[in-house]
Amino acid sequence: MIIKFLVAAVLAGAPLLFGTMGEILNERVGHLNLGVEGMMSLGACGGFMIGYWTDNLFLAIIAAFLAGMMGALIYAVLTVFLMADQNVTGLTLTIFGIGLSNFIGEYMLDRSPQGTLKLPEHISAQLSNIHVKGLSDIPVVGELLFTYNIFVYLGVVLAVILGYYLFKTKVGLNVCAIGENPAAADAAGIPITQLKLFNILLGGGICGIGGAYSAMIICGGVWISNCVNGLGWIAVALVIFANWSPRKAIFGSLVFGGFSVLKYYIPKSLFQLPNAFYDALPFLVTALVLVMTSIRQSKDKAQPASCGVNYFREER
Amino acid sequence: MKRKLLAVLMSAALAVSMFTACSSSNTGSAEKSTDAKAESEGSDSAFAPIAKEEIKVGVIHITDPSEGSGYTYTHDQGIVAMQENLGLSDDQIVRKNNVNDTDATAIETAITECIEEGCQIIFGTSWGYMDTMEALAEEYPEVIFCHGTGYKSNDTNFSNYFGRIYQARYLSGIAAGLKTESNKIGYVAAMGKENSEVTGGADAFAMGVYSVNPDAKVYIKVTNSWFSPNEETNAAKALIAKGCDVIGQHCDTPNPQLEAEKAGVWGVGYNSDMTKDAPKATLTSTIWNWGVYYTDAVQKAIDGTWTPEVYYGGMQEGLVDIAPLNEELVAEGTAEKIEEARAKIMDGSFNVFDGVIETNDGQTVGEEGKTLDDATIKGGINWYFKTIVEE
Repeated sequence: MIIKFLVAAVLAGAPLLFGTMGEILNERVGHLNLGVEGMMSLGACGGFMIGYWTDNLFLAIIAAFLAGMMGALIYAVLTVFLMADQNVTGLTLTIFGIGLSNFIGEYMLDRSPQGTLKLPEHISAQLSNIHVKGLSDIPVVGELLFTYNIFVYLGVVLAVILGYYLFKTKVGLNVCAIGENPAAADAAGIPITQLKLFNILLGGGICGIGGAYSAMIICGGVWISNCVNGLGWIAVALVIFANWSPRKAIFGSLVFGGFSVLKYYIPKSLFQLPNAFYDALPFLVTALVLVMTSIRQSKDKAQPASCGVNYFREER
Repeated sequence: MKRKLLAVLMSAALAVSMFTACSSSNTGSAEKSTDAKAESEGSDSAFAPIAKEEIKVGVIHITDPSEGSGYTYTHDQGIVAMQENLGLSDDQIVRKNNVNDTDATAIETAITECIEEGCQIIFGTSWGYMDTMEALAEEYPEVIFCHGTGYKSNDTNFSNYFGRIYQARYLSGIAAGLKTESNKIGYVAAMGKENSEVTGGADAFAMGVYSVNPDAKVYIKVTNSWFSPNEETNAAKALIAKGCDVIGQHCDTPNPQLEAEKAGVWGVGYNSDMTKDAPKATLTSTIWNWGVYYTDAVQKAIDGTWTPEVYYGGMQEGLVDIAPLNEELVAEGTAEKIEEARAKIMDGSFNVFDGVIETNDGQTVGEEGKTLDDATIKGGINWYFKTIVEE
């Protein structure tokens, strides 16, 4: 049962990992983007619909990425160039993203012959859990490591690459500098606008893939309106838990995924806790982490200093 | 200055003239309705007949009807059926979608918009509309208000409607009980023990299972949400991991059925026929035919015979049923067993919650030779049947 719980935790955590990585990229350039939920919804719709039409998983993932990026582009234009308030823009993006994806989904549903949108056979097979001969059959370890769908591995690989990008490459360090102090970064000759744009768009695209996970894996390949249903918000909290580090986000999303399925694996006969308690757990833990980091006052584990504040070069 | 004064005077004059125009038209219609009332005095209805071409029906939905298979979809299918049965045109139906049922202002706006557009009868499909509808029913006595689920009504123009879905759940339990091989049946429930609608439904399902397979246990997991795709998936996954090979559900998305299909086990859907979503897993689904009620209510409004009588229809009225069995999947003899039970429900000799019922904590409910009354079924079932294991 513990193995089953861990497997379920990984699967529940995977969409959170994508959302978290996307938001980390945003916050690292000083942009608090509350539109994760909206970008995930757009990605869900884009990925699902392209998958439905083309029966091609690769195209579906690209479409999800582009759809999420389109949402991020709106956000970037408004906050980077037009200096709009980041919180308001992000919230609006959430509302817009959910609305647009539901609108398209309902339009498609109305025109579907069976009254349901179900992904074709070929792509469904590609979405099912992998089975590597030999490896997947190893007891315990095999089940824990080699029995997931392709998105899970994509997420982990992406997290490792992004961790390298942010903390080991020159561009990545420049990105972190922008997040801490854009004026200083500007003075040092770092191309602020380009890097902000690049990170926000990349982040949006990654959120979009997380949305595709909700639509195609969680909902079993049948289109359901509002399929993201709050996962984007949990991802925003998870960013804090992961200390703004993509690699820690792997662990963080596993923990949060675990929390979200915990109530189904702890027998009621053992603990009689109300379900609401389990639902609140991720947020309780996030609050605890916030308290702990603020007590420790360590600079490298705090939110990028300029996060949430737009940068006007003229106001330097 | 002079010009400003003139403008103020002019607009005041305009407002006054508009007001008088409005009020005169109001009295006109009031007179008409009293005339009509006199005509239709034979019936108990406080409402005059309305010509079929003139009736306008308002519907308040909590989500969008095109969501595909869940709650609002089935309600709207009922509205569409009513429209077809009565031959109403599209502009005689006013839909207000995505009206959040915890937002009283939004509900009030939606309903008053319906009234302004000329609706004489308004259906609210979600629980949370209850209090706002009650208040507005008092404010607009000339409009008929019908609230689905819930328990409030008045004795003039506010009625309540719901159905005996537990009868259909009992029948679907028979299909599940005959199919299971592991004798473990899963049930994804939206709400916990405190919710009588969900708990009573689960009990009826378990009693159906018990009637054909006394050894099978029903494992129940609560998502704590009426609509949550990921929670419903996770709950079904956990049930399957526990060894359940038939997954029943009282929640909105077909995700439990799809999860069952993925794992190669079976399921029983809810709300609409979910074989369209998971043809390789869904044995049958418990379904609503809301069209039965909507047709009846609107017809009565047209005839001028509408009364605020509380509607609690069941299988006899055709309001609830199970979807056609998935012949390729169901166990042999399922259809016969279900027909047998259906016949008893239809002729009234069996009412599901009959006699003494044992609960899973060793208590008993009900009395020999009696059946639970409707008030208890609607609001007082907070116990699980003896074969249910709360997980």
